[in-house]
Amino acid sequence: MLTNFRRICFVLVLFLMLMLPPFRADAHCDDPLGCVEVGPDDPIVVGAMLVVSGAINYLGEDTLGGVELALLARDYTLLDHEIELVVEDSLCTAEGGQTAAQRLAADPTVVGAIGTNCSSAAQGAIPIISESGMVMIAPSNTSPSLTNEDIAAGGSHLPGYFRTSQNGLIEGMRLAEFAAFALEAETLATVHDGDPYTEGLAQAVARTFADLEGAVVFEGAVNKGDTDMASILTEIAVQQPDVIYVPLFEPESNFFAAQMQHIAGLEDTIIIGGAASFTSSFPENTGESAVGIYVSGPLVSGESYDEVLAQWHEEYGSAPPSGYHAHAYDATNLLLDALESIAEIKDDGSIVIGRQAIRDAIAATEDYPGLTGRLTCREDSPFAGDCSPGTALAVFEITEAEVFDDNWPPPIAWNFAVDTFE
Amino acid sequence: MFKWRTDEFSWVDFTIDVLRVVIVLGVVIGAWNTLSSGRISFAQWVNLFAAGLSQGSIYALIALGYTLVYGILLMINFAHGEVFMAGAFSTVFLAEALNRTGFLNAQPLLAILLMIAFAGLVSMSVAILLERIAYRPLRGSPRLVPLITAIGASFFLQYTFRGLYGSGFKAYPGVNALQGVIKIGGISIPVVQVFVFCAALFLMLCLYWLVERTRIGKAMRAVSENKEVARLMGIDIDWVIMFTFGIGGFLAGSAGVINGLFRPQGVNFYMGFIPGIKAFTAAVLGGIGNIPGAMLGGLFLGLIEAIGPNLVLAGLGIPGANQLKDVIAFTMLVLVLIFRPQGILGERLSETKA
Repeated sequence: MLTNFRRICFVLVLFLMLMLPPFRADAHCDDPLGCVEVGPDDPIVVGAMLVVSGAINYLGEDTLGGVELALLARDYTLLDHEIELVVEDSLCTAEGGQTAAQRLAADPTVVGAIGTNCSSAAQGAIPIISESGMVMIAPSNTSPSLTNEDIAAGGSHLPGYFRTSQNGLIEGMRLAEFAAFALEAETLATVHDGDPYTEGLAQAVARTFADLEGAVVFEGAVNKGDTDMASILTEIAVQQPDVIYVPLFEPESNFFAAQMQHIAGLEDTIIIGGAASFTSSFPENTGESAVGIYVSGPLVSGESYDEVLAQWHEEYGSAPPSGYHAHAYDATNLLLDALESIAEIKDDGSIVIGRQAIRDAIAATEDYPGLTGRLTCREDSPFAGDCSPGTALAVFEITEAEVFDDNWPPPIAWNFAVDTFE
Repeated sequence: MFKWRTDEFSWVDFTIDVLRVVIVLGVVIGAWNTLSSGRISFAQWVNLFAAGLSQGSIYALIALGYTLVYGILLMINFAHGEVFMAGAFSTVFLAEALNRTGFLNAQPLLAILLMIAFAGLVSMSVAILLERIAYRPLRGSPRLVPLITAIGASFFLQYTFRGLYGSGFKAYPGVNALQGVIKIGGISIPVVQVFVFCAALFLMLCLYWLVERTRIGKAMRAVSENKEVARLMGIDIDWVIMFTFGIGGFLAGSAGVINGLFRPQGVNFYMGFIPGIKAFTAAVLGGIGNIPGAMLGGLFLGLIEAIGPNLVLAGLGIPGANQLKDVIAFTMLVLVLIFRPQGILGERLSETKA
């Protein structure tokens, strides 16, 4: 009997010991989503969910560089605490995003995350990040569904998700205008690969083009991994569109562009690629067929950006591999400034950070001076969590210099911040 | 046909016969709708046909590796797609080097021969090592064992080459001599597609000559018929099996380069998986273990994949027909297994081979 009583006491004490630390940590916390307590000598942990491996790791490399430079500008220090960056590989798939988010959510010291790169990865990450009370600020997601709260309409936005990249609806609208007015196209075909990023953009371009009284003659898709595009190109050739909008990733975009030259009926058709093709490997891998293709991509300019670019060259010794490093730089600063503004500093140097407070601080961002423009975070669906002003966008035309002389980036064909349609 | 009309009615036969009728009707109606609508021009059909023939000849070259190994060991070497990848992926670096020095465009024929020889040697080495390390110790074990080993070897090779060359995509440089088109009337056929077909056909004929007209070919046929008797006749079985793997590997490596000239993009560690599966389908279509069957199966599969979606599926009003290309290929496999398990040119297998 006595032995049993001792056992019960032992279990009770053990239970209380296990429960005590969280109670103690939450003792000073009034935040409904809980708090992150950073001890006097502990670092502030910032997470990143980026595509570190795989075929499009250049995008992860580009944005990770932007994050690191933003941290370096603060000497990796915030509120007298060292900043520790934890990078998880989100790949470019929903499963990858889910795994990366689970790893970050399992660590109670992570205050927020930069990422993901791909919209598909964001779809996997958002529910977990949102449920855990954290925030994520994406530097290169563009799928309109990610900021749409209407689940019935395919939306997947949940509280805690923000992005500094432009919404595909805005990008799609601008590219449709470019096709209709700058290229004077009357007919359009779109091709995606089922990825939320490519599908969202293709739909946005088609919708706006139709609103501009253009004819959308073909809306189709290829499978990821397809190498033979002759079949879909023939289907498109039957319709003889003036422009084909193809926001595919490599290598499908390479196959599509290269095989188009062999299809009768598409000799005069113009291709517009998405930002997934805005990488130096696209002309390199596509070869001569890439000449004359238009690709949309981020365009950032200004004195502050030039300084960051110079810092990039100093740190990494080469040009950024893609165009989203400035968005990642802004995303990191947005998070750190929000932390700085809401953190409660104790006498012993420890910090208490409320998770809902971080969300509220980022959501309240208005006219924030970033590299990519003046950022204002919106709360209205279908733009919930969109912080980008949408001005850092241009259309580039690939020339022989990009294909044969390793020139990058290509010349600007249309700068949406400057050029206007009559 | 129509066995269910006989006295011995069987629901299985009845279902298969109904399936036959439905398929034939579907193909006829779809093709009729497409052709009568005239929406695809003759020039576009020729484009599809030429692309399909080129793709099919690459499938055929890879399929020969499956069929040779099956013919001699009665095993499906599911790592053969990776043998193809090994040659193609390794040679892309040689091609880049030849392009940088200007040799590729100054002496295109020599350069292509050099690339084929290099890719062939790499793939041959991989295939021989595979046989020696992974399959030979399992000879005589139940047939499921080498099959599972082959799947494991496939993953092993993929990730070994990923480790060696990285996970990014590479592309073969363009060869100027293969650019442009051959114009016949109002029809244009890309030079590269003609080259791909001719090169593949030449390699297939070489293999046929090797198997039918040489001593080693005779030894391969003997081992294929009966290993024990062949051993009693003084044939070194192990050497013949190794040689067979080597020849299959060489053809796969050559197919890698030819594929690189035809579709230069998308060279990476995973590039062998789908062509490998398709080539296996082609080998079964033609009659596994039958060399001319593998050639015919490859060409047939390439053509069906290229023409089928636009000819049949689009005619039946199925949306996104081009996305169902793989469905057509694998449906063909299922249909062959149901209606003619021995393949187009194959004979009924004996109990030991079935």
